Amino acid sequence: MRGATRVRCAVGVLAVALAATACGGGSSGSSGGSSGGIVRASWGDPQNPLEPTDTNEVQGGKVLDMIFRGLKKYNPKTAKAENMIAQSITSTDAQNFDIKIKPGWKFSNGQPVTSDSFINAWNYGADLKNAQLNAFFFEQIDGYDKVHPDAVGATPTATKLSGLTKVSDTEFKVKLNTKFSLWPDTLGYAAFYPLPQSFFTDHSGWLKKPVGNGPYLIQQYTKGTQMSLRKWTGYKGDDAAANNGVDLRVYTDNNTAYTDLQAGNIDLVDDIPASQLKNVKSDLGSRYINEPAGIIQTISFPLYAKGWSTPQSALVRQGLSMAINRKQITQQIFQNTRTPASDWTSPVLGDAGGFKEGLCGQECDYNPTKAKQLIQQGGGLPGGKITIGYNADTGSHKEWVDATCNSINNVLGNNKACVGEPTGTFADFRNKITNKQMTNPFRSGWQMDYPLIQDFLQPQYFTNASSNDSHYNSPTFDKLVNQANAESNSSQAVSTFQDAEKQLVKDMPAIPLWYQNGSAGYSSNLTDVALNPFSVPVYNEIKVK
Amino acid sequence: MGRYVIRRLLQMIPVFIGSTFLIFFMVYALGDPVAALFGEKAPDPATAAQIRHDLYLDHSLGAQYLHYMKNIFVGDFGTAFNGEPVLTLMGDAFPITIRLTIVAIIFEIIIGILLGVITGMRRGKPVDTGVLLLTLVVISVPTFVTGYVLQYVFGVELKWTSPSVSPSAPFNELILPGLVLALVSLAYVTRLTRTSIAENTRADYVRTAVAKGLPRHRVIIRHLLRNSLIPVVTFIGTDIGALMGGAIVTERIFNIHGVGYQLYQGILRNNAPTVVGFVTILVLVFLLANLLVDLLYAVLDPRIRYA
Repeated sequence: MRGATRVRCAVGVLAVALAATACGGGSSGSSGGSSGGIVRASWGDPQNPLEPTDTNEVQGGKVLDMIFRGLKKYNPKTAKAENMIAQSITSTDAQNFDIKIKPGWKFSNGQPVTSDSFINAWNYGADLKNAQLNAFFFEQIDGYDKVHPDAVGATPTATKLSGLTKVSDTEFKVKLNTKFSLWPDTLGYAAFYPLPQSFFTDHSGWLKKPVGNGPYLIQQYTKGTQMSLRKWTGYKGDDAAANNGVDLRVYTDNNTAYTDLQAGNIDLVDDIPASQLKNVKSDLGSRYINEPAGIIQTISFPLYAKGWSTPQSALVRQGLSMAINRKQITQQIFQNTRTPASDWTSPVLGDAGGFKEGLCGQECDYNPTKAKQLIQQGGGLPGGKITIGYNADTGSHKEWVDATCNSINNVLGNNKACVGEPTGTFADFRNKITNKQMTNPFRSGWQMDYPLIQDFLQPQYFTNASSNDSHYNSPTFDKLVNQANAESNSSQAVSTFQDAEKQLVKDMPAIPLWYQNGSAGYSSNLTDVALNPFSVPVYNEIKVK
Repeated sequence: MGRYVIRRLLQMIPVFIGSTFLIFFMVYALGDPVAALFGEKAPDPATAAQIRHDLYLDHSLGAQYLHYMKNIFVGDFGTAFNGEPVLTLMGDAFPITIRLTIVAIIFEIIIGILLGVITGMRRGKPVDTGVLLLTLVVISVPTFVTGYVLQYVFGVELKWTSPSVSPSAPFNELILPGLVLALVSLAYVTRLTRTSIAENTRADYVRTAVAKGLPRHRVIIRHLLRNSLIPVVTFIGTDIGALMGGAIVTERIFNIHGVGYQLYQGILRNNAPTVVGFVTILVLVFLLANLLVDLLYAVLDPRIRYA
């Protein structure tokens, strides 16, 4: 068990109050001229500028999590959303929320964190003109359709979300366009971070060197190469950095990062190359972390395509699910860095959060006889054979796709029943899916944005939802999801979501394959290294010897 | 001579336009980059449309190309998706790759030619056979294998050098990557020099020089080597371009953020401005290196004249 030495306490309010009087708002709290106490970690080049509402991948998210704190923060151990800057978020009807923020928080440039920091940031993120990739996170807020009309080519008729109203510097109200009881728990996501005034007054300057309100500040940033983060001494939260800073270095090849770790050139690698999984235990021993992350891999079906749209085809999909020997593949190919899936969420949610092992039941268990029977019952594979689509450029999907097909072929006793179908680039692959050009099953993966069962179900399987790649359409599922969202009691909401999930077993719009683990390795210089539910190292808790 | 150079420079213009268009077309053919920006999520149509509009991707291929060329002439090479101007990326990447290339070329010249002369002078002797065999091995082993092996041996086992190169990439850290990059070409240079020397040892002017009683080193360096170098210089000249563009593998192994790295990122993300910009500069480097080689011929062999 990890993290035994960690002391997390709930004296946040007191700490904030005490620290608030101590801080004069010095513009540069950069500490430590010495090189000691710095964590040297591997990094990948973020794809987009480091704006919170424009960062949707892990590498950029890593940095934002270090330099920002939002209304809520997900507990790195339990994944539970806990108040950070928020003093309280209350609602009587699951639709109108009253958010009070703790006073005294500041950005590292000295500007205060007020309700305007949130309102302006959210308006910026939602505005269509700014073309932010995370804009859809604000779609539940009233007035989103005016600021960000859905149709291609439409022009926004407003620049501010009408659902946001400022009450005072420490309080604002949010009106949602529909009931969504778990909404406050989404507020730990990067898109909801506050932004300082300087973001709006000097945008290009801010992008060169982003300024936030988190435990670290950026000392130096060379795009595409490296970033030096240093502990911010003026930080108000109770989770201040336990080290003096983090140096992130971009590696193009995770093999090189791993070699550098072995040579003592770097302290922390959070992506162990697949080719090294066999050696990693002997190389690093207990300094290798391998634990579940909020990622699930599935095979989705184009339910709009001929052959997959009939009610009977559900039997074929169930049969295919039972024809996949998940256990063997995760052991042989992934060296146990994946766990066979038995529901559509992730173990990081925990039982209280909605993860339920075995929810899928026998439909996700390997059972060759039953599988063959079900496929035949459903009329056989459409056209006598299927392909599984994947992108060939990143992620090395070929191996497991071939293994999965192999498993299916063995069950059906036909070695031409299933073959992999690579697409050259990820962009092209995604385009085909978005444009509904798939005629055969294809690989899909989901990395959670926030640790809620809602995030695993609604975006992927709700009718016309943003990432409903299968174009699954089930009135029963939709009704249950809506009902769950309106539920004011969160445990009741979770169990209603699970009821909705059970509908997926019947229709099987996507076959759950396995839960992906996060992996990391670190040098003997470090202690207290852990991964959070998003499989990102919890940098602020790392101690340097 | 001057007119020759001008003519050659003018010839570069159509090559430049043609190659930029071809590359632009190829990156365009890779597909729409916007979907990939959204990761595994489906892009919301309005945001995707807005991004396409901002990046000028909502026009036809021809219009996009003209727009790109128009911007190039005012010195704007576009921006990468992370908001960094391609010109800045070039300013960071090219000096590093140029340093790496210089190290590699120095290895090729010094070791390659030296080994070539030694083996060429001692044809059939054990030295010759040994070196020939060695070059065969080097040529047949892929760069990434030699790269990872040398990196592990020198970086992790012996700890003579760091396995990766620091972001500033000074010359002393580039010795090992430079050697890895140079190895294959080095083997070719050795073989080319050897053959050329071996042929020319029987030439009349060498016999004359020996008969005149010139010292042996003078015969070899002034007469034999100088005349044997023409094919080698041609090879090294074209190799400059190949080394700069072809360093993708080496740069990846040693984590060098040079041209190869930027090209790789650009291709992975379907970012046309990055790829086209970098390849265009590489094309220019290739053309200039070729011109330089042609001019060097005249220096090595005074019988060659350009009008």
